[in-house]
Amino acid sequence: MIAYLIRRLGQSVLVLFTMAVLVFFAVFALGSPVDMLASPDADQAERAALAVRFGLDKSLPVQFATFIGNALHGDLGASFVYGKSALAVIGERLPATIELAVLALVFSVLIGVPLGVIAGLRPNSIAGRAIMSTSIFGFSLPNFWIGLMLILFFAVYLGWLPAGGRGPTTNVLGMELSIFSVEGWRHLILPALTLALYKASLVVRLCEAGTREIITQEYIRFARAKGLSRFRIIRLHLLKNMMIPVVTILGMEFGAMIAFTVVIETVFAYPGMGKLLIESINRLDRPVVVAYLMVTTVIFVVINLIVDFLYVALDPRVRLSGPNE
Amino acid sequence: MIQLQKTHQVPALSVENLSVTFKTRKGLVTAINDVSFHVNPGEVLGVVGESGSGKSVTGLAAMGLIDPPGRISGGRVALEGRDIAGIGDKAMRGLRGSRIAMIFQDPISTLNPVLRIDTQIMEAITAHEKISPAAARVRAIEALRAVGIPSPESRLEAYPHQFSGGMRQRVAIAIALLHRPAVLIADEPTTALDVTIQAQILGEVQKLAAENGTALVWITHDLSVVAGLADRIAVMYAGRIVESGTVAEVLTAPRHHYTAGLIASVPSRNRRGQPLAQIPGSTPNLANMPSGCAFHPRCPAKTEICSAELPPILHDPSGRFLRCHHPRQEA
Repeated sequence: MIAYLIRRLGQSVLVLFTMAVLVFFAVFALGSPVDMLASPDADQAERAALAVRFGLDKSLPVQFATFIGNALHGDLGASFVYGKSALAVIGERLPATIELAVLALVFSVLIGVPLGVIAGLRPNSIAGRAIMSTSIFGFSLPNFWIGLMLILFFAVYLGWLPAGGRGPTTNVLGMELSIFSVEGWRHLILPALTLALYKASLVVRLCEAGTREIITQEYIRFARAKGLSRFRIIRLHLLKNMMIPVVTILGMEFGAMIAFTVVIETVFAYPGMGKLLIESINRLDRPVVVAYLMVTTVIFVVINLIVDFLYVALDPRVRLSGPNE
Repeated sequence: MIQLQKTHQVPALSVENLSVTFKTRKGLVTAINDVSFHVNPGEVLGVVGESGSGKSVTGLAAMGLIDPPGRISGGRVALEGRDIAGIGDKAMRGLRGSRIAMIFQDPISTLNPVLRIDTQIMEAITAHEKISPAAARVRAIEALRAVGIPSPESRLEAYPHQFSGGMRQRVAIAIALLHRPAVLIADEPTTALDVTIQAQILGEVQKLAAENGTALVWITHDLSVVAGLADRIAVMYAGRIVESGTVAEVLTAPRHHYTAGLIASVPSRNRRGQPLAQIPGSTPNLANMPSGCAFHPRCPAKTEICSAELPPILHDPSGRFLRCHHPRQEA
């Protein structure tokens, strides 16, 4: 277990370093930030002074070493726009995005698992067919369009929910969260549903396939031969086996979900990390873009670690150990 | 005959004219056709046949576990004298696992891989009895000890993959016998095991069934298994019972040519060095059954009538049953 953790930590550091290299050189290739920072009428001397101030006169390896050195100290540079640490700028927006993505994840499981199981148990019924064909829409309709339609219907036409923005927040453990107020939920529900729809369709299809396969297994037949109730067989014997692939996919998709918030947050004018990224790209606020990419990488790495631990909880045959153990 | 004294008692399980059909793309397929047998308390019935002969379907039908597209299309199943073929799902669930139990062929896949052994045993107890978890645990330990699992207290918290195949089958047997059922249907439970383990498991089940007065229906393709275990044998071919009777009668003087072929193809010390006898051809496809007697394409004694007419049922008073136009003469 400890050997496993150390190995995983080493892998994570490697991933982060690789990402840092990619991000640094990709951003470097975009050209010198001096062109953007200096006022249009600045002369050569002013431009040179600016380059010296930001260390842009140094050679590429030296700049890279400085970047890595600072990054190790938790310093990814200061935002050109906000004038404060890029990490701090991201940190302010992070809770909003995490909140949105986690809620969307919960929605996709709550919607997807029951529907998938129903469709899997009764593949030839009207309900089963309806669920499976509806899930195709969830896949193929573009996310932003669904968002716009939901806004049109619930916010504009019915007027039940706000069209965008984020509700009032409460400070919980240093994070500004909006899920503790009704108003916060009213703002969250449409973007979270929009974000969840694609994943829910994916979960429906996974659960349908899983159910159809597992239901034919001998241990299900034996469970029935024991005289167990149908409910217990589904809730325990079926679900616990079926959740193994679902957890894997959702773990991977959770990262994608955070990335997808870029679109959803723009549609719903939701002040999260994704909207910040778009703004920062438009304003060429490089430190924030770099910090966003690094933070997202860290989130991916952490999620993968959590998925590994969930595996162990779900499948006793999986042990966290090194390849030689 | 000893059997005659028992004929007045109510059979633990009696199956009459049972037929099961499956709806397939090629039309309705009859998996078992007009199958009748009974087994008395404490008795062992061996059901013998090749794969595809319908012996497993027979077991599942008795358990009420035939799923769509399959269905029981005719006949009657009586458990301890009570008709259970159409009593409804809920009532059947109450009997399943408590009055009639079943164990399956592959012990590796019989237990749920992600649930602990104690969960899987205790849920089988609480499904039929109101009992505290602590008491259920004690029962679970006793049940494991009864099937010969060493230090059952510590093995309770293990997962199935931490057990060998033989041990898993013992756990399945322990679960099946938890409520001292009237009938235990064993669907080739030793086929997937090593020969030495096979013998142990056989002995174990036989002993426990005898102790509880449980009637045993032992489904197998292996004649040598039933020879030492069963009181009576029913031989199935292509969904029908073609011959049945006491073990001694059927094995020493088979009257159906299929039974004789099966016996001849068992390797034996007496025929060492000679080529093993074979039944030519293979079991017919259920969707494309031969006319008349289903065995006629492979039968050494076939005549024209065999492909034209279903053989008559010969039923003699001693309980011997036969479907053949040209029965072998008693040796």
